[in-house]
Amino acid sequence: MAATDKTPILKVEGLQTSFFTHDGEVKAVDGVDFEVGANETLGIVGESGSGKSITSLSIMQLVESPGKIKGGSINLTGEDLLKKSKSQFAKYRGNRVSMIFQEPMTSLNPVFTVGHQVSEALRIHKKLGKKDARQEAIRMLKLVGIPAPEDRAKRYPHELSGGMRQRVMIAIALSCDPELLIADEPTTALDVTIQAQILELIKNLQESSGMAVLIITHDLGVIAETADKVAVMYAGEVVEQADVKTLFKRPLHPYTKGLMNAIPRHDVDMDELEVIKGTVPSSAEMPSGCRFMKRCPYASEICETHPSLATPTHNYGVEDDSGAVRCWIYTEEWDTATKKQEVQ
Amino acid sequence: MTTPLFETKNLKKYFPVKGGVLNRKMTDVKAVDDVSFAIHSGETLSIVGESGCGKSTTGRAILRLEEPTDGEIYFDGEDFRKLSKSQLRKRRKDIQIIFQDPYASLNPRQKVKQILDEAMAIQGVVPKKDRPARIRELMEVVGLRPQQAERYPHEFSGGQRQRIGIARALSVDPKLIVCDEAVSALDVSTQAQVLNLLKDLQRKFDLTFLFISHDLGVVRHISDRVVVMYLGKIVEIADKKSLFDSPHHPYTRALLSAIPVPDPERKTERIVLEGDVPSPMNPPSGCRFHTRCPFATEICKQEEPELRTAGDMVDGHQAACHHMEEIVEQYGKTPSVQE
Ligand SMILES: Nc1ncnc2c1ncn2[C@@H]1O[C@H](COP(=O)(O)OP(=O)(O)OP(=O)(O)O)[C@@H](O)[C@H]1O
Ligand SMILES: Nc1ncnc2c1ncn2[C@@H]1O[C@H](COP(=O)(O)OP(=O)(O)OP(=O)(O)O)[C@@H](O)[C@H]1O
Ligand code: SF4
Ligand code: SF4
Ligand SMILES: [Mg+2]
Ligand SMILES: [Mg+2]
Repeated sequence: MAATDKTPILKVEGLQTSFFTHDGEVKAVDGVDFEVGANETLGIVGESGSGKSITSLSIMQLVESPGKIKGGSINLTGEDLLKKSKSQFAKYRGNRVSMIFQEPMTSLNPVFTVGHQVSEALRIHKKLGKKDARQEAIRMLKLVGIPAPEDRAKRYPHELSGGMRQRVMIAIALSCDPELLIADEPTTALDVTIQAQILELIKNLQESSGMAVLIITHDLGVIAETADKVAVMYAGEVVEQADVKTLFKRPLHPYTKGLMNAIPRHDVDMDELEVIKGTVPSSAEMPSGCRFMKRCPYASEICETHPSLATPTHNYGVEDDSGAVRCWIYTEEWDTATKKQEVQ
Repeated sequence: MTTPLFETKNLKKYFPVKGGVLNRKMTDVKAVDDVSFAIHSGETLSIVGESGCGKSTTGRAILRLEEPTDGEIYFDGEDFRKLSKSQLRKRRKDIQIIFQDPYASLNPRQKVKQILDEAMAIQGVVPKKDRPARIRELMEVVGLRPQQAERYPHEFSGGQRQRIGIARALSVDPKLIVCDEAVSALDVSTQAQVLNLLKDLQRKFDLTFLFISHDLGVVRHISDRVVVMYLGKIVEIADKKSLFDSPHHPYTRALLSAIPVPDPERKTERIVLEGDVPSPMNPPSGCRFHTRCPFATEICKQEEPELRTAGDMVDGHQAACHHMEEIVEQYGKTPSVQE
C-alpha cells in the first residue's frame, strides 16, 4: 500500500458538479473529497446515478453542457487543475491523466486500425516519429496481452472482441505513462472470464509503473479485489470511506451495510436478500437532511440535519480511525439526541 | 419421477450466415446445438454462460418465438412443435417471458392499466368486467400501489418497470415464466427487491421459472437446478448445491473462480482462461472448450465429450468432459475459493 506521507497524486476536495436543466439544478456531485497516492487504487462504488462517472469526468474536465463544475479543487501532485486554462489542461489530459470507459467501441475511432490509433497516441504524447511509434504500438499491444499483435494492429475496432477492444483502450491510455489512470466501469460490459484478465492486467501494469488508479464500479466484488481503499457514493455524496479491509469487515453507513447484504453471492448461500426499501430520490425530492433518510431503517429526528463526512467517534466498536462516514449514528450528537428521546 | 412440466430434447437453432456475391448461405451460426433439459413444475432452472453462448436463443426457441432448426419440445405433455400458429397463440399464455429491458417491451403510450388489460384481453383469460379488480390485485402482488396503474411506463424507475413486466406476465396465469436477464439491468438494491419478489410469487402461485442469467450470484440465489452453456452446448447440469460445491467441468470451475468475491480477506485462486470465446460459426472440433481449457489433451481435439455422470457425482449431475474424474481428483471439489 502507498505511503501516505507523500503528496498524493490526486486530491479532490469539495468537488461540486451540477447540471442546469429545465427542471432545475441536478447536483450530480455535491461536495466530494478523496485522494489517491502513487501505486494506490481507490475504488468508487455506488448505484446508478450516484455521481461516479460525473466525478471522473469532472477530473478529466470532460463534463458537457448543461453540466458545470461549480466548486472545489482537483489537485494533481499539488497543482490545482481547475485553476488551469483549457489549453493548459489539455496538456495534462492523456499525458499525465488517462481514462478508460465502459464501452471501448464508443471511444475508439471505427475508421482507423487499432495499430494506427495506438501509434497516434504515442506520436502525440511521446513525440515519436512514425516508424518508432508503429513499433512501440506493437510493443504496447503485446504488453496488454493481445495475441499476434502485428496482425491485430492492422485490424479495425469492429474486428476485435469486446475484451480485445478494452485492451486496446488500455494500451492507448497507457501510451503516455500516466501518473493517474481513471477506469470507469472498465469491465462491466465484459464477461467474467475476460473481466478477470483485464483486472489482472491493470494490476500488473500498476505494479510496474507505480501509477495511481481510480476505479469506478457498481460491483463490490471488483472493489474487494482491486482497491486499496474505497469511497461509497450515494446521491452525489461520499457517504463512507475506508481502506478496503475495514470497509468490508465493518461497514458503518446504513447504506453500505444494505448494499453488502443485498448482493447475491456465488460463493455462499444467502437465504433472503436484504432489501433497501424505495429508490434513490430524484433531485426534486432530495431530502435536505441526510439524503438516505427516506430509505434508512435508523432514521431519527436528528437526521433532518445534513450530516458531514467525519471520522466515526461513537458506536462503531472496532478501534481504528482509518475511515470516515456521513451518518449521525457515529457522532456524539446521536447519543445525546437518542437519550433525550428515551427520557421524553 | 413425475413427468416434467417442460422438456426439450436435442434442441438446435442454427442461423444461416449469408455472404459472397450471390448472397448465398455460406455457413451456420450454431447458436444452440443439441441441447436437452427438463423443467419440473414449481422449480427454477437457470441457464448460465458467457455472452453469445446461446442462452437467449434457447429461451426464444423453446417458446417458438424463433422456430427451432431441430429438436423436440414438450409442454404439459403436449408436443409443442406440432401446434399450429393459432393453437400456439392460445398456448402462449401458459409460457410468458420477461426481458432484461422492461422499458423496451412496454408500450410507452399506454398506461399501465391498459398494458395489463390488453395482455388479458389477448389471451381471453379474464372477462372484461373482472379485469379492473384483477389489475388492482396484480399491482399489489408485485408491490406497486393500485393507483399507479394510471401512470405511464416512463413515470416509473427501472425496478418498478420490471415489476410491471412481471405483473403483465402474471396477468394471464402462466405455468412457466422465462426470465431472460430479468434483473441484469437493475441496481443491486432494486435487484434484491425483484429477486425476493420472484421467489415470493413462486411460493404463492406455484410458478415454474426458466431463469437466464450471466450472473452466478443471482443464479445461486434463485435456482434449484443450473445448466451451464458454452458455445451452444450444455457443458454441465446439476442441482444448485452440486454445481456450486462440486463443479466438474473445467469451464464451470473457471467461470466460478473468475467471479470477484466481495470479501478482500478471501483470496481466490483463479483459473485464468486464456483468449476469447471462439466464434460459434466455426466452433472448435471435439470439445468446444479445448482452445481455452488448461487440461486439454489430444483426445479433446478429436472427440466430442458426451454429458455423463461420473462416479462421485450425485444423481442428475452431469458434465461433458473427457477428463473430469482426474481433474476433480487432482484439484479437489471446489477449486475456486480458499479461505
Ligand atoms: N447531461 C445530464 N443532464 C442532466 N443530468 C445529468 C446529466 N448527466 C448526468 N446527470 C445526472 O447526474 C447524476 C450522476 O450521474 P453519473 O453518470 O455520474 O452516475 P453514475 O454513478 O456514473 O451511474 P451509472 O452507474 O449508471 O454509470 C445522475 O443523477 C444523472 O441523472
Ligand atoms: N438472429 C440472429 N442471427 C444470427 N445470429 C444470431 C441471431 N441471434 C443470435 N445469434 C447468435 O447466436 C449466438 C447466441 O446468441 P444468444 O443471444 O443466444 O446468446 P446469449 O447467451 O443470450 O448471450 P448474452 O449473454 O450476450 O445475451 C451468438 O453468437 C449470436 O451472435
Ligand atoms: S444520518 Fe440518519 S438517516 Fe442518514 S444514514 Fe445515518 S441514521 Fe440513517
Ligand atoms: S474434454 Fe478436454 S478440453 Fe474439454 S473440458 Fe474436458 S479436459 Fe478440457
Ligand atoms: Mg457511470
Ligand atoms: Mg442473452
